[in-house]
Amino acid sequence: MDRYNRHIILSEVGQTGQAKLFQAKVLVVGAGGLGCPVLQYLAAAGVGTIGIIDFDVVEESNLQRQILFGTSSLGKSKAEAAKSRLQDLNDTIIINTYAEMLTFQNAIDLFNQYDIIVDGTDNFETRYLINDASVITGKPEVFGAIYKFQGQVSVFNYHHGPTYRCAFPNKPKQDAVPNCSEIGVLGVLPGIIGTMQANEVLKIILGIGSVLSGKLYCYDALSNQSITLSIKKNDVEIQNVLLGKNNFEKQLFGTYCESSFEVSIKDILNKEDVQFIDVRELNEQPKVEDFCIMQIPLSELEKHLDKLNADRKIAIFCQSGIRSKQAVSILKQYNIHNCFSIKEGAFEINRYIKGSQKHITNE
Amino acid sequence: MILSIKYFGLLAEITNKEEELIDFSRSYIWELLEVLYIKYPNLKNKDFQVAQNQELVPFETEINGKEIVLLPPFSGG
Repeated sequence: MDRYNRHIILSEVGQTGQAKLFQAKVLVVGAGGLGCPVLQYLAAAGVGTIGIIDFDVVEESNLQRQILFGTSSLGKSKAEAAKSRLQDLNDTIIINTYAEMLTFQNAIDLFNQYDIIVDGTDNFETRYLINDASVITGKPEVFGAIYKFQGQVSVFNYHHGPTYRCAFPNKPKQDAVPNCSEIGVLGVLPGIIGTMQANEVLKIILGIGSVLSGKLYCYDALSNQSITLSIKKNDVEIQNVLLGKNNFEKQLFGTYCESSFEVSIKDILNKEDVQFIDVRELNEQPKVEDFCIMQIPLSELEKHLDKLNADRKIAIFCQSGIRSKQAVSILKQYNIHNCFSIKEGAFEINRYIKGSQKHITNE
Repeated sequence: MILSIKYFGLLAEITNKEEELIDFSRSYIWELLEVLYIKYPNLKNKDFQVAQNQELVPFETEINGKEIVLLPPFSGG
């Protein structure tokens, strides 16, 4: 086939290598700054089955670096918009799209359908989730991450090699590291790092060169300096993940990385058409009585989804703001995205309402 | 012993430098970190890993190299 001529004439690839590429199945998590270049090169190279999972839609501020999208993609699902561009690039491959969040509930099934997982996400919560699901399903994970002008690349869990948790055993504290939307990123940087991830994927499939397993490549775009650090395998970390295998799907996503879904009671009271949900147990005090509240304990939330009106904003509170965040994560799994966790607990909410003269009506 | 310390990512913003030389006479990585925490109090609440001689090592490791890297995890994508 003419399309792959420049691959086939390489003795390291040839017809055999090209056939390996066609048989390979690669799942790319996140079709953003990193995911776009990864996808572009994998599709062009003829990787036969590519999965794209991303719940987000294309925004104008993405176009500075997310090179699969154009102005005609604005407002469209990233997974779908990426697919339509990639299918134009290469109509001989299969592209599966999942316009949803990667969660503890869907990760294992999804990963089992692919040979290699690529991490192109933008938050720690998903990165640890990808690591753990890769370890449990025994898939190599091609990792890339960026900060302003610097990037990191590695291949985790390759032939039972070191994992993300071996390099970074401690989950960072909430908001410990700001992301691109908060601090900015030079547009070309995810292009460089994502392209390196694509290169690792191709080497793994073709079985050529040396894979960045047990190594963390660190790159600085301003100085053009790079350093490769070796990572020791930490069997305790890996065993802990494997021990959690049976409870994996019961875990809740986003107990600390969902801060953008947190609002203050002050802000939510200024919005119209809000449905307030109290997810505490029915006997918990104090009651919040100044406006209409629906009580659905967190443990029963999934049974009462029909009581929620997805056309209205859903504001959830509890005693301290922790269960309400879990509730938001649960609702997102059911594709209910217009929901917020109120930062303050019931005491603070009552204090604020009593302190303000605002009269709230809620039909 | 003179150690060369490299700072990556937002750690370089806290220390206001990407690299420095420190004269250090004690034995362990965590002892070095105590010195750095006094010099740069804001380092204390940051997550990072330490590499010695280009290998990521636990904080309990004895210092036997001259090149130390402080590396935070990056989340961006």
